[in-house]
Order: sequence, then structure tokens, then C-alpha cells
Amino acid sequence: MRWSWIGGHADLILAQLGEHVQLTVLALLFGFAIAFPLALAAMRWPRLYQPSLFVTGVLFTIPSLALFILLIPFTGLSKTTSLIGLTLYTLLILFRNTIEGLKGVPHEVREAARAMGYSRARQLFTVELPIALPVIMAGIRIAAVTTIGLVTITALIGQGGLGRLFITGFTLHSPTPLVVGFVLSIVLAVVVDLALVALLGILTPWRRGQAP
Amino acid sequence: MNRQRHWLRPALVALLIGLAIALLATASAGAAESGHVLAALLQWFRDPAQWQGAQGIPLRLAEHVGYVLWSMLMGMAVALPLGIGLGHYGRGGTLAINISNIGRAIPSFGLIILVFLLVGFGIVPILVALTALAIPPMVTNSYVGMRSVEPAIRQAARAMGMTAWQTLWRVELPIALPLVMAGIRTSAVQVVSTATLAAYVGLGGLGRYLIDGLATRELTQVVGGAIVVALLAIVTEAVLAWLQKRIVSAGLIR
Repeated sequence: MRWSWIGGHADLILAQLGEHVQLTVLALLFGFAIAFPLALAAMRWPRLYQPSLFVTGVLFTIPSLALFILLIPFTGLSKTTSLIGLTLYTLLILFRNTIEGLKGVPHEVREAARAMGYSRARQLFTVELPIALPVIMAGIRIAAVTTIGLVTITALIGQGGLGRLFITGFTLHSPTPLVVGFVLSIVLAVVVDLALVALLGILTPWRRGQAP
Repeated sequence: MNRQRHWLRPALVALLIGLAIALLATASAGAAESGHVLAALLQWFRDPAQWQGAQGIPLRLAEHVGYVLWSMLMGMAVALPLGIGLGHYGRGGTLAINISNIGRAIPSFGLIILVFLLVGFGIVPILVALTALAIPPMVTNSYVGMRSVEPAIRQAARAMGMTAWQTLWRVELPIALPLVMAGIRTSAVQVVSTATLAAYVGLGGLGRYLIDGLATRELTQVVGGAIVVALLAIVTEAVLAWLQKRIVSAGLIR
């Protein structure tokens, strides 16, 4: 380890960290924007469930580097390519957990809401979603940590955030940039995971003291 | 009747997915340069040089499968006894559950290069990284599988005079098998996917097409390689799903 390298390249390291966070957050937002309505639709029309699970499952099975590469003919070696790939990867986990969460809402609770005259939308947003939130959040946590790891792979198609530091380390045959990128990537995953647990605690105050 | 047809569905599914990917890839390649890439891709797959010799797909495929098999075997040798043991005795739950979270956070690309810089060129970096990647999902899933066995069933087995070993082998493990297999499937697909990166540190495998093609900007080779890797991952998943159906007791399949 050469500590002086870190001091001399603080700007670079911060920039890569920023890009890493940006790619992760955008991929999660896009992923959720697709998976969440899809899950609601699959709850409403159960016929959609198996096909959706199948398609998102196949996307999740395709190796990440291969998936990024299959997008290159469309979108080139660009941030868009990595973003589309990363987004497609989040879909299975987000879709499955949203469905599992909503399915876990007790039947009596649903019926009670109906009996009290709740409209479908109000029932969904004020009754079912709050109850489903812990399971949905568990999915978001897995998706977030997985995405943070996958972002590093996009370094091979010219993006990559902290993954770029891996390549720098490899090219220079110097462990320092590599270790910096490696450690920061793990720290980022842990911090994001803890932040999401904290967010769940804030959003579901009635669950205080229970396991996340 | 039903039993004989078990292989049919996974095989059909794999075939359909393969076709879909090939179509998607050729369509995507076609979109780029008005058919030139599509034609080049077909040419690439048809080229006899692709099917023999040190650069051919069969050898690359064999190398790739080799990395996967070795790391999966080593991973299973560590992970399954650990997960099954912890689950059987009901100890170390926090470790068994959290190890897969920790595993997810470790960037495998970084790990491969890190071990490469430490030990130098050779098969060690890729086997270390792939094995490390394979272990966590199998530990967590086999632990959860063993814990999901109802105590009443365990007690009934003991009450019938089974020894501790017989209970483990003939009662608990068969019941835990679907989750144990789920862990193996998750690991195997991840390892197939990540073995692509072996090419980055100078080894073989299907990743060669991707890494070399990216370096020399040969899109045909890159997309062609990507199709083969994607197919391998999907076939792996399909074969293990089929295997699971064969070995899981029919009484457990809902």
C-alpha cells in the first residue's frame, strides 16, 4: 500500500465514488419505477405473475458482462448502457419482494378496510403498502447491495465508478488503487444497507424494537 | 406418465430462451449497422475456426465449465457441511444468515484482481475468487433449509428409533433439499457469470471473446461470446432445476 497515492488522487477517488453512487441510485429508481407498477398489476391480474417472474428471472440469469455487451449495439459504450443493464438486474428482486410483501397482508385486514368503505387505491396506499413495507424494503436492500457490486463490472465497458480503480490498479500493477476501490465499494454497500434499515425504521414507527 | 415428462418442460424452456436470446442479439446487432453486424455474427458462428483449436468455442467452453466445476466443488465442500451442520444444531444463525449479505457486498471483479496481484498469474486467483463467491448463498440456504424442518418431524424420526445420523440423512436433509438446491443454483449461476472475468487476468474461458473483443473493438466477437455465456448460464440454471425436480421427494413438491 502506498498511502501517498491516496492523498494525490483524492479528487479522482471522490469522482469515481460519486459516479458509483449516481449509477446505483438511478438504477434503483428506474428499477423500482418498472418493478413496482408491474407488481401491482400482477396482484390485480394474477395471470401476469408467472410471465413477469419468468422474464425478470431470465434477465437476472444472464451474466452481467454479457448483458451489458448485448446492449452495446444499441447504446454504445455509454452510461446509458450500464444504466439499462443495472436496471434490468434489479427487476427480479424488486418485483418478487413487492409481490411477497403484498401477499403477506392478512386477509382480515384487507376485508376490514373494504368493510370500512376504503376505495381500492386508498386501501392499497394506507393499509396494504405500510404492512408490506418491511418485505419490500428487504428487496430494495438486496437490490441496492447487488447493484453496488455490479457497477464495478461496468468498468469493462468504460463506466464503472469505483470499478475503474480496479482497472487502474491492474494496469499499474499496484494494489493501492485496487484496495481503495475495493474497500470503498464494500463500505458504500454497508452504509447504504444501514441507511435503508434506518429509513424503514422511520417509515414504520409501529414496528420499533422488532427485527428489520 | 407425469414422471417421464419431467425433463420436457425445463428443456423446452431452455430452448425457447436460447432462441429468444439469439434473436434479441441478432436483432440488436442488426439494428446497429443495417444488417452488417448480423451477417458478421452469423459468419462468426459459422466459421470453422470457431469450432476447433485453441481459440474455438468448444475449448473455451470446456475451460469455462472447468473453472465453474472446480470452484463449485470446493465451494460445496465448505458451504454445505457448514450450512447443514449449523442448521442441524441450530447454532450460528446470525453468521449463516448474514454471510450472504456480506458476500453480495464484495465486488468479485475487485477480488479477482486483488488475488491476482497477490499471487500472480495462474488459476489460483480465479478459483479463490469464484469459490469465495460460491460459498455464501449455499451456507445461508442450507442453514435456512435445515431450520425449516419441523421439530415434530425430527422427534417422530427419533421416536421411531432412527439414530441421529439416520434422522439427518433420511429425514432432515430430504426435507431441506429444495432450499439446499436453491442455494446451489444461485451460486452456480453467479459463478458461471463471474468466470467470464478469468479472461481479464489472462486466463481462458468464454470471457476471452468478451475481453479480447472489447480491447480490440471487435463487436462481432464480443456479442457472439456474450450469447454463448448467456446460454451457458441459462442452461446451467435449467439443468439444475431439472436435477432438483428429480431428486426432491415428490411429497415435498406442492
